[in-house]
Amino acid sequence: MFDFLADKLQTAFQSLTGKGLLTEADVDAALRELRLSLLEADVALPAIKHLLAGVRAKAVGQNVLKGVNPGQQVVKIVYDELAALLGDTGELTLNAAPPVVILLCGLQGSGKTTTAGKLAKWLAEKQRKKVFLASLDVYRPAAIEQLATVAGQVGVPVLESDSTDPIARTKQALKAAEKALSDILILDTAGRGDVDETLLAELAAIHKLSKPANTLLVADAQMGQAATTVANAFKQTVPLTGLILTRLDGDARGGAVLSMRHETGVPVAFVGLGEGLDKLEPFRADGIAGRILGQGDVVSLVEKVQSAVSEDEAASLQAKLMSGQGFDMNDIKKQIGMMRKMGGMGMLMDLMPGMGALKKQVDQSKLDPKVLARQVAVIDSMTAAERKNPTILNAKRRQRIALGAGVQVSDVNKIVKMHEQLNQVTKLLKKGGIKGLMGMLGQR
Amino acid sequence: MSLWSRVKSTVSETFSGKVAKSLGKTAGKVSEGIKAAVGIKAKLDAETREALEEVLLQADVGITAASKLLDNLQAAGLPEPLTADRLKAALAGLIEARLTPIAQPLEVGKAKPFVVLMAGVNGSGKTTTIGKLAAMWAAEGKRVIVAAADTFRAGAVAQLQVWAERAKVEIVQPAQEGSDPAGVAFQAVEKAVADEADIVLIDTAGRLASRKDLMDELAKIRRVVQKLIPDAPHAGLLVLDGTQGQATLAQVREFAPVAGITGLVVTKLDSSAKAGFLLALAVQEDGKPVHYVGVGEAADDLGAFDPAAFARGVVGLEG
Repeated sequence: MFDFLADKLQTAFQSLTGKGLLTEADVDAALRELRLSLLEADVALPAIKHLLAGVRAKAVGQNVLKGVNPGQQVVKIVYDELAALLGDTGELTLNAAPPVVILLCGLQGSGKTTTAGKLAKWLAEKQRKKVFLASLDVYRPAAIEQLATVAGQVGVPVLESDSTDPIARTKQALKAAEKALSDILILDTAGRGDVDETLLAELAAIHKLSKPANTLLVADAQMGQAATTVANAFKQTVPLTGLILTRLDGDARGGAVLSMRHETGVPVAFVGLGEGLDKLEPFRADGIAGRILGQGDVVSLVEKVQSAVSEDEAASLQAKLMSGQGFDMNDIKKQIGMMRKMGGMGMLMDLMPGMGALKKQVDQSKLDPKVLARQVAVIDSMTAAERKNPTILNAKRRQRIALGAGVQVSDVNKIVKMHEQLNQVTKLLKKGGIKGLMGMLGQR
Repeated sequence: MSLWSRVKSTVSETFSGKVAKSLGKTAGKVSEGIKAAVGIKAKLDAETREALEEVLLQADVGITAASKLLDNLQAAGLPEPLTADRLKAALAGLIEARLTPIAQPLEVGKAKPFVVLMAGVNGSGKTTTIGKLAAMWAAEGKRVIVAAADTFRAGAVAQLQVWAERAKVEIVQPAQEGSDPAGVAFQAVEKAVADEADIVLIDTAGRLASRKDLMDELAKIRRVVQKLIPDAPHAGLLVLDGTQGQATLAQVREFAPVAGITGLVVTKLDSSAKAGFLLALAVQEDGKPVHYVGVGEAADDLGAFDPAAFARGVVGLEG
């Protein structure tokens, strides 16, 4: 996930410093590095070619900006182009004659049934809709039971039928949803391979019968180059209206998001971010663009950080980093202080390469200044020894700290986790060559 | 009919209509690129190399392994006269040679019971693979017990129950939903020892390696089983989704130490995916053996890994 593309690009551009325009040769050198990085992120080749062509057209001949190096400038162009390709959040069509049908399709194991449950919950709770769930998966053992269990957890009705014919079940589902006066009917279909003609024909028949206002392709974000052929097969079978990419909570860089978007031409509506039924979020292009590139907006980061971090603090953090000792809780406290100065951690992390995981955690905690204050309280409730060496924080100590700070144990766990992740980041930074970070810490 | 020819025949029988057309188009384009390049200069020039590299990349071989293979191809000397098919065949030969050492069906050892732990990311096909393995071993006359230690996913236990019934093997299931998976594994192994069963297959919940708590849970399952049999689990199988790409490299790296992974199973090869990441694993990582590949949802859709057929698939050669 941590890729230091900027660093590589900077090397590619070292000879360029001082020139006025980005030349073809300069840009091509940068794009070679970019191609490698995108391949490692599992972006499909057709999507890579499309992206690079766009970047090349925009970059060649641009004036080299003062104060940033050309590598960073190209990264910015790439980032913008990528975000543009990923496009806007896909919107569901919900204001048609009820029951509005949402048809979910995809390969085996892409996460359709779990997503059906998450979507039902999102629609019921965030959109105040009456949702009805129906499984048309008569092939995978216990698939119908799985959806029934999920429906029970969400608290929405589900099709009860012994029929083993997907078409008959579709008819029953339409009737049952209408009878229950549901606003929305979500159809969960069986997983099917992209070369399985019989099952694809079945999907087309289900589509024809149910006339869905929304036909969503559910795909695993860890998919490889096959994303292109799979997306194409489904696109040719049914008129897709949107995409849902699952399992973006892992470490995979999720190049499939771009591949799928490029191949289908339909927007990404949601992303799955975990196993809980509430872990479904509307898609945001900016976050994913940074993730696929494996970096954030380094240029703005340098500016931001330089203005807020005093030379002294920076020097001591830098020394710590170089020494390889890793950060302890005292440093975390210092950092939280700096973040408060800079107007919020979320924003800082947006800018920082490799901070995706932390950022998510922060977002999930619905960060506000109170949370930062609480985090400081947690650290303040630790003993000096614990702050110095957080690995000794066993369950008993964590309970004591939670009591002392007046918070839940889970809040303490979050800080400990944050500490672990920060140290992972620093370890990786050390390994990966750290020009970018040094710059960030005020050396440049 | 061998499993691999079945994959192919499924493909050719069912390739029709729009899907086939679009897939055919991609394959055609790539071949043209190679032919055109070869037609001009009868050596591996930059253009030809790039065309070959694209073939490998589109099969998910990854850039590092692809570059290494093409270097090897160059060093090995090119076939004369040079044609696209000969070039591909030479490349397929190199790939086959790389993979032959890791194509090893799982040997059920002398240990009784022989305990097999299955692990992998969500949706990779663990439960289905267990069903197939159980059916295969039961058909060989072995006494198999499956342990439904995926106590998290809704329907997972019921899914394994159906597979156990089909294979006519015994199943040990959690007392209730959300029970400790390590407890289920323990009971299953305990029962296997008491009943003198031959094989225990432990199903586990899918998990992403970024979830440390869930990885710890996997480690715990191993530890608990070791209380009964110190050298168990005797095999740790990582189930990889064949439609994935370079993300699988990290999966192997992260699951291997935690789950004691001794070999791989690759699923969903009845799709257009080529699973070229196996080559990346062989070239860049320590090359865990590939025991089986899955090509469908029926009990007998599991077979040995055939490096020759795989290699031809990766380079896009028919047959």
